[in-house]
Amino acid sequence: MSLEEKVKLAAEALDARAVEMVKWHFSPQTGCKFWLEWADKQDWNPLEEIKSFSDISNKFPNFQDEWLRDLQPEVWVPKEYEGIPFNIFETGGTTGMPKQRIGWDDYKVDYSEFSETLTDEHFPRNHYWIMVGPTGPRRLRLAIEHLANVRGCSCYFVDLDPRWVKRLIKNGQGDQAKAYMEHVVDQATTIMKHREVSAVFTTPKLLEAIAERFEAEGSSLYDAGVRGVFCGGTTMNPQYTRFLMEELLENKIGFVPTYGNTLMGLAKHKPFEPEDNFSITYHAPQPRAVLRVVNPDTNEPVEYDEWGRVELTTMTKEFFMPRFLERDEAKRRPPIDPYPWDGVAEVRPFGAMQKKIVEGVY
Amino acid sequence: MINIPVLRWGEPYQSLDQNEVVHFRTGETLAKVGQANPGLLARDMRKAHRAREVLREIPIPELVDMTKKAADLFLKATLPLGDGEQSPDDFARQQSASTGLPEHMTKFNMEKNHFVLTNMDQILDALTRGLDLDILSRGYGVEARKPDLPLSYQAQSPVLGMVLPSNSPGVHTLWLPVIPMQIGLVLKPGPQEPWTPYRMAAAFVEAGIPRECIGIYPGGGEMGAEVVNRCGRVMIFGSAQTVQHYSGNANVQVHGPGYSKILLGDDLVDQWEDHIDLMVDSIYKNSGRGCINCSGIWASRHTKEIAEAIAERIGPIEVKDPEDPEAGLAAFTVDGQAEAIWGMIEEGCSEDGVTHVTAKHGDRLESMERCAYIRPTILHCDSPDRKMANTEYMYPFASVVECPQEQMLEKIGHTLVVSAITEDEAWAAQLADATNVDRLNIGPLPTIALNWLQPHEGNLVDFLFRARAYQTTPARMGT
Repeated sequence: MSLEEKVKLAAEALDARAVEMVKWHFSPQTGCKFWLEWADKQDWNPLEEIKSFSDISNKFPNFQDEWLRDLQPEVWVPKEYEGIPFNIFETGGTTGMPKQRIGWDDYKVDYSEFSETLTDEHFPRNHYWIMVGPTGPRRLRLAIEHLANVRGCSCYFVDLDPRWVKRLIKNGQGDQAKAYMEHVVDQATTIMKHREVSAVFTTPKLLEAIAERFEAEGSSLYDAGVRGVFCGGTTMNPQYTRFLMEELLENKIGFVPTYGNTLMGLAKHKPFEPEDNFSITYHAPQPRAVLRVVNPDTNEPVEYDEWGRVELTTMTKEFFMPRFLERDEAKRRPPIDPYPWDGVAEVRPFGAMQKKIVEGVY
Repeated sequence: MINIPVLRWGEPYQSLDQNEVVHFRTGETLAKVGQANPGLLARDMRKAHRAREVLREIPIPELVDMTKKAADLFLKATLPLGDGEQSPDDFARQQSASTGLPEHMTKFNMEKNHFVLTNMDQILDALTRGLDLDILSRGYGVEARKPDLPLSYQAQSPVLGMVLPSNSPGVHTLWLPVIPMQIGLVLKPGPQEPWTPYRMAAAFVEAGIPRECIGIYPGGGEMGAEVVNRCGRVMIFGSAQTVQHYSGNANVQVHGPGYSKILLGDDLVDQWEDHIDLMVDSIYKNSGRGCINCSGIWASRHTKEIAEAIAERIGPIEVKDPEDPEAGLAAFTVDGQAEAIWGMIEEGCSEDGVTHVTAKHGDRLESMERCAYIRPTILHCDSPDRKMANTEYMYPFASVVECPQEQMLEKIGHTLVVSAITEDEAWAAQLADATNVDRLNIGPLPTIALNWLQPHEGNLVDFLFRARAYQTTPARMGT
């Protein structure tokens, strides 16, 4: 099948999904309290007027993150899930009241699918992984463990509290932030030295610090048994990606960049080709979630390879979130054969070129 | 347009992340400079010891000869630069085009670098107070004047890290003696001034100095922070805040604002007219950009007349094209910087007791499409307590401050250069004891008069080497 045909089929599947999910969330028999009450206040009826995904883009306003901060979690429970205990996951590394999303099984779906993109060479089955990064109230910890389990693996965890790191950096307590990072690296390398670990899930800066620790001791990540690395959480421009792959991973360890969050799930990256020149492109787990790169003033997608703001729409039975403007900007990239829909590339904090962003180690 | 790579111990590394250096008037891209991510330096520092090792394989006198050869190459030769090459005229034009300095000033700065490199033997002799330089190489030894007393100078770091500024190419003279002292260099150039570090490295290599003793890591603020974190000894240029931030850190030598001043003693202040040329030169030469340029003239009386007289001389100076040999003013090439500075000055002038004396010579701020200039500015302050009495901006700016002589030493605060015009020996003695003054000139000397054989903001040798006890058997000492 040609790419053109695949793009057409994916678009049709997305339109069908949009109609199905709006019907689910806006019908009194199945919908949640929040969306039913929201629809009552509108002068249009989503059940009648949403006939495609582009209708969602054109008719819904941007989803307000305050709704996830200010409202009690039960307003998001669809009728069909009433009475079933849910997970409460929180987003990011901000201070103050965090955004919260409830869920049941969504996190498992993306990660089970993601497993199919991994090779046994770099992520051997029936072995051991380590995740070094934010656990706590984020869904990442459960998701990674699920992913490991899907491949017959078990996972060690070392926690990192990104909210504390950001606070230290903002307060100019660089020494404290460094000491905390050392503490995290100590714990991670201790496990990696005393246990067999073949895959690491961490942030780029922690990966650097862990690799540096091994190298200072005359070893390396590869010598320590690592064969595959997942990396995500902070900006990786092409130069930085090249640095990680060539120098830390020595072109021997499999490198899988990840872009995900509590609200979306997990995007998959375009397999690296030489012509990409280390530019990372992610494709959302469509049709469950859609990433658009838009001009936020016009709500129109920018041209391919142009920068724009990342807009996320999530459409599962557990959660409906139309047109949420992420705090990220990216380049829009065209569909590819394995993922025949738009991708987002070289993701970085929105406005990164205009102002200094505190990303810390996460 | 030239592509300039990162240099990792002399080896070019083509970064995928590039910063464009543009002409401040035309917007033309002069060069694309590869940006290093901090992790590159972190990894390379594991081999920093090699820089000193390869330099120690060459005796210091030979390295001094090589620096002399490099001096001529830097000044006169066409040298490789990235994927192209650069003649001396190219260098002057490029440096002017990105830093805003007039071309004749960039050529003058080339001469300064040439002078320092050419006189390296005398400079090392002066900085080490005549020490047998073999002691620096070997780490210990004896001097002829005291053959039974071992001396030891221990290098504190195999490399010196330099976080360099964009705005004042004159500062490069400070790191030139490092290589002949067998210490390697990690240079982080200012974003608008990659030219001198790369040209100097090329001249050194052409003169026979091993390429693996120099690394150049262009980048942003986090690269500068990495240089500070990774190098055992670091020289950094920055604001008063930067100075405060690294205060007490023995590994870091910070070069901040100079707040350099001319103090007129009560004994000679009535002859102030004899010293107007000296005051004007101190404020205006090199476009007032240096930390040794005068930003304050303090006297107990005649201050209004002094301010008027200086304003008459430099107030009318106009902006000229950078190629004009008569150009005396440098452009501000960072967007919004000149406007912000002028805003601060205007706010300062609103305080009672502060007068803008050059106002009558026309508007000071001249904004252009991609840059701006501020014409020479003289303020009068009727008291040292005025906010504008002790300020510094990187252009010909000075406050003439009325202050009783007996209060001056306390009120001037930290001052890089004091030129005290006095014959009052009692006051001269107080000045000599004042620890808030770095460079001291007693007599009618401009603040910008530098003797390269004297230390600048601390002795480089003392910063890089630590004198310590070293004892061994006489037989071994003789070997």
